Amino acid sequence: MKQKKVGYDRYAKYGYIFSAPFVIAFLTFSLYPTIYTAVIGFTDLKGIGSTGFNFLTDDLLKNFKTILSNPSFIQSFKNTILLWVCNFIPQIILALLLAAWFTDRRSHVKGQGLFKVLLYMPNIITAATIAILFNALFGYPMGPVNDILMRLGITDAPINLMLNKNVARGVIIFIQTWMWYGSTMIVLISGILGINPEIFESADVDGAGRVQTFFLITLPNIKTILTFTLVTSLIGGLNMFDIPKLLQNGGPDNSTLTTSLFIYNQAFSGSYLYNRAAAASMIMFVIIAILAGITFRLMRDDDEKEAIKEKKRLRKLQKEGK
Amino acid sequence: MLKTKENTALKVVIYVVCIFLAILSILPFWIMIVNATRSTTEIQQQAVTLIPSSYMMNNLKILTGKSFDPITGFLNSLTVSIGATALAVYFSSLTAYAQVAYNWRFKKQFFSFIMAIMMIPAQVTMIGFYQMVYKVGLTNNLSMLILPAIASPSMVFFMRQYLQPTLPMSIVESARIDGAKEFMIFNRIVLPIMKPAIATQAIFSFVASWNNLFTPLILLTNSDKYTMPVMVSLLRGDIYKTEFGSIYLGLTLTVLPLIIVYLLLSKYIIAGVALGGVKG
Repeated sequence: MKQKKVGYDRYAKYGYIFSAPFVIAFLTFSLYPTIYTAVIGFTDLKGIGSTGFNFLTDDLLKNFKTILSNPSFIQSFKNTILLWVCNFIPQIILALLLAAWFTDRRSHVKGQGLFKVLLYMPNIITAATIAILFNALFGYPMGPVNDILMRLGITDAPINLMLNKNVARGVIIFIQTWMWYGSTMIVLISGILGINPEIFESADVDGAGRVQTFFLITLPNIKTILTFTLVTSLIGGLNMFDIPKLLQNGGPDNSTLTTSLFIYNQAFSGSYLYNRAAAASMIMFVIIAILAGITFRLMRDDDEKEAIKEKKRLRKLQKEGK
Repeated sequence: MLKTKENTALKVVIYVVCIFLAILSILPFWIMIVNATRSTTEIQQQAVTLIPSSYMMNNLKILTGKSFDPITGFLNSLTVSIGATALAVYFSSLTAYAQVAYNWRFKKQFFSFIMAIMMIPAQVTMIGFYQMVYKVGLTNNLSMLILPAIASPSMVFFMRQYLQPTLPMSIVESARIDGAKEFMIFNRIVLPIMKPAIATQAIFSFVASWNNLFTPLILLTNSDKYTMPVMVSLLRGDIYKTEFGSIYLGLTLTVLPLIIVYLLLSKYIIAGVALGGVKG
């Protein structure tokens, strides 16, 4: 015991030394910008290339109040939530269905490896490229989608589809679902494969059908992974920028304006309102920090559960050893 | 009897759906690649075809004749992605090693802190980051896209989870007895042990950095410094408005390297996703 204590003292300093680069980079590139953003939210900083600022004297919270009552910001927040909800529901349903099929021991789906590779592929491609590609596919007067619609006889003349709010939103929702269901599916498959096979076997013995097994055994056992997927997807969704920016730049008529795009437009176009953009950023920061807190708790709980399991196993081994 | 019939029916449904989804994954890229070889007139007459044409060089001339410069974009993206990935992987491993190998006072708190911040995206603090970088005059300096990678909390988390059960402390102890310095032990012994984890994390860090649009779009104003996604965003501008063939070609040039690398590494990438180490 005493020897261990000596080792503890001698090498402890390396714990600090080896963590130092991370801490320095974090303080410089993350913490300082975060505080700086928060501070700018209380100032009059605006205008291209400006860096000097004064704190607002009349009403310190003016930027925050302006943002929270700004119709474009409210619209962008609603859009962001709408786009996320409408992409997450089909994404999770599709991913669950495919995961259930691929892990079904009675069906033995062949070619799984190839399917996984192909279904995951859109996720790896630059979102900026995909947005412009889809914009071209929906091109007017003659893009591939119009071509198909006309050849199928659905319409006689080409339609400028992207002028329709619902089409523009629908395309973003489709792209998001299309890019992410493969990833979610793979995560869920690994979750299902992690369930103790004995549970499935005893369900088989009890004569449970596929649907029953799925709802009564598979789903409850991957609850943590599902929640984790939900929260991480929501955090990603709240930051959606590339696709709405490059598909229709938030249009038509602000129907695809997301909060990230709103912040970008406030700060880097028009009158360069860094202060309002910073206030909007901090509002989003708080929302995301709360969500991050939820994932943190989930993961810590998981970690603790593992630790408890480990302890129990050790105790069992010790008992058996005796 | 009824059971087997039901099984066959289900299997047919599964394969039909999977093949449909696989086609859906490929089709947009196929149309893109084919149209990259066709002239704008051809595309306007018939936008969907599976047969390539011969206008690729012509499209390339129009494409590069304007502001789109795929080689500069490619090299800049390569610099940023390789730099950021190397730093992220090395320093995350080092930070994780500090967690696993040493007992120091704030170790637990530090790890909790890393877990707490790992989900917070850099995007929400971009205004402050931009102001900071602008003040020191480094907006067009690619290092501002590389250096922040030294602090990659989610990668530290992953590396620590990997290292915790795999690192045999006995090897470290015997190296110490042989007189090896702590820093050498990390470089010579621990890093090789971490190779599988490093490979997985490197792929995802590289792809994330390669695909990042938000930060470079804000920081880079000099077109010599544009990364690939910023270059791609030029294709959305008015200068290429009617040059459909060139737009498709520009998109293809940015996608092809990714698809090739993906198909080569797909086994590792799929395995990496299954580990849940990444989420966007």
